[in-house]
Amino acid sequence: MTILFLITAVVILASAMMVVTSRNLVHAALWLVASLFGVAMLYAQLNASFMAVVQVVVYIGAIAILFIFAVMLTRREIRDKGPGLNKNWGIAALVSLLTFGGLAVLLSNWSGFSQPSADFPSGFDAVGALGNALVSPDAFVLPFEVASILLVAALVGAVYIAYNPRSGDNRK
Amino acid sequence: MIPLSWYLILSAALFSIGLFGVLARRNAIAILLGVELMLNAVNINLVAFWRYLDPTVMTGQVFAIIVFAVAAAEVAVGLALVISVYRNRKTVVADELDMMKW
Amino acid sequence: MNFWANPIQVTADWLMGLFTGWGMTEVLASILTQLLGIVVMITIMLVIDILLVWIERKVVARFQDRLGPNRGGPFGLIQPFADIIKLFIKENITPAGVDKVVYNLAPILSVFSVLILWAIIPLAPVIIGVDLNVGLLYLVAAGAIGTLSIIMAGWSSNNKFALLGAFRQVAAMISYEIPMVVALLIPTVLAGTMGMLGISEAQQGMWYVFLSPLAALIFLISAVAELGRTPFDLSEGESEVVAGFHIEYSGMKFGWFYAGELLHAFTFGGFWGILFFGGYHFFGLENLGPLVAAAIVLFKALIGYWVIMWIKYTLMRIRIDHMLAFNWKFLVPLSLVVLMVTALLNTLLRDTSTWVMAVSMFLSNVLIAWVVIEILRGRSRTEREKVESPAQPVVEATH
Repeated sequence: MTILFLITAVVILASAMMVVTSRNLVHAALWLVASLFGVAMLYAQLNASFMAVVQVVVYIGAIAILFIFAVMLTRREIRDKGPGLNKNWGIAALVSLLTFGGLAVLLSNWSGFSQPSADFPSGFDAVGALGNALVSPDAFVLPFEVASILLVAALVGAVYIAYNPRSGDNRK
Repeated sequence: MIPLSWYLILSAALFSIGLFGVLARRNAIAILLGVELMLNAVNINLVAFWRYLDPTVMTGQVFAIIVFAVAAAEVAVGLALVISVYRNRKTVVADELDMMKW
Repeated sequence: MNFWANPIQVTADWLMGLFTGWGMTEVLASILTQLLGIVVMITIMLVIDILLVWIERKVVARFQDRLGPNRGGPFGLIQPFADIIKLFIKENITPAGVDKVVYNLAPILSVFSVLILWAIIPLAPVIIGVDLNVGLLYLVAAGAIGTLSIIMAGWSSNNKFALLGAFRQVAAMISYEIPMVVALLIPTVLAGTMGMLGISEAQQGMWYVFLSPLAALIFLISAVAELGRTPFDLSEGESEVVAGFHIEYSGMKFGWFYAGELLHAFTFGGFWGILFFGGYHFFGLENLGPLVAAAIVLFKALIGYWVIMWIKYTLMRIRIDHMLAFNWKFLVPLSLVVLMVTALLNTLLRDTSTWVMAVSMFLSNVLIAWVVIEILRGRSRTEREKVESPAQPVVEATH
């Protein structure tokens, strides 16, 4: 079990490092795919099977592809030029290290920091319970509906902002 | 058994790497990639807490699914903005988008 | 345990005993046994893939009123082996300027996304790779990985036609994922579970194709679009974009794409059979043993594959904007309507007998289909009148 967690953690963090340092943007998007796949493996280890599969469908199947499309539509030529990092990258590295240190210290002072996992009740239908929680009126139906409205608004907004009346292309 | 601390440290590390990507990258799309890493770190945190504290209460997973929806919406609108900016200004380098000085 | 009643478990236990007898720890032995099972499954699938090449060429020949390969061995059975040998010994040309890692990874990912689907297909009540309780979403996720592989292939080829073909193919694939997901929700609603084994078990009384033929049809159309086969193979038409995203691939890399596409079609035929045509149920024949049940599933997969080939070799290619309009303006609303009606009827009639539910759902599907056809007829009538109306007389200036 720990070996599996360590492998997953190495995949996630190494791919994330490559995302933020890759000069070629399509490579960065593909490293993001690797990192998100690692996160899906992590969800599977946490008994959240629905989350793992939805992570692959939503993030890798839609968001990563959206990134690759956007990268391809915003390039002046086929090859990327110029440095990937801006001139403040030293301060940025310092800030992110301080953030990591601060979060680690803050969390380690919490009493439940090193607690073992609660027992997963056998035969517990996590997917069914999740479905019930999302649509039951005294659970989370309101945030669920608001999230749907948010997605519709984002869809309409994205299409409107990116619409090019000159070419009239009908690619989604 | 893996204590909860490992998951929390992992998500803190992923969050910091995403933060570095947001602060230090030139290209606007690369900044959005960093934001995606930060959102995934938050999700790891939520699902780890769900599993470790009480798996029968679904709040953690519901929160994580709402974060999925918000991340998808934000990426869609963000990339549409970047594409629209590219059409008008012919650049996506964040430092060069400086028409509004104040 | 009897071998014929539970072949996989008996073999696994024997292997575990063998490995621990050699002195390995329990964990290592179990990992090795599972790895061996995966390797055996993948090998069986790839061997079936070779057979599919032969079936494809014979069937297309018969559709086109000719014989097909009949020189290589009896009935041309050695022909696919000759094809494979030819692909192996062809020169693997890597064009200049390609992104080598992505270029070489794309065909591997494309076949990978098909092979992982065989982990959840229930060949028998006791032969299944892993009984995920979110099996249907896993199917969509594997399709997402396939989409990614096509973009990788198109972008890394350093070729504008490849990029264009890849863009079109990916736009079609992600558009047709939506009616596929909604059509997959219908067996979920009817069976009460997303797990493939649960859906197969729930079809013991009545196959789901009789309960909801429209769902089966929508799933078939979306599957054909996901596969990138005619009539939706705009990215591969020679007259359109040369060969689409696999222009720059030669030799065995192209062989991977080609074989992967055939195996993908066979896998979707299998899913069609499991989700709508009863899986391993066949009038009680599956009780003879798990190997008979597996043969039944593979037979249904072959029939599904034959239907997909039939569609491919009969229909013409559809233009990309017609394809996307067909999806967004027709399939998505239709699938949502069918889902809502099915869910409503399922909740109302859950406690009545199977026959009442079957007849009422079938009639509701017929009603929806009739309404849709009437709407389409009205639209096409106005189109036809607009096209066939006599030309307006030109107004002449009066002298």
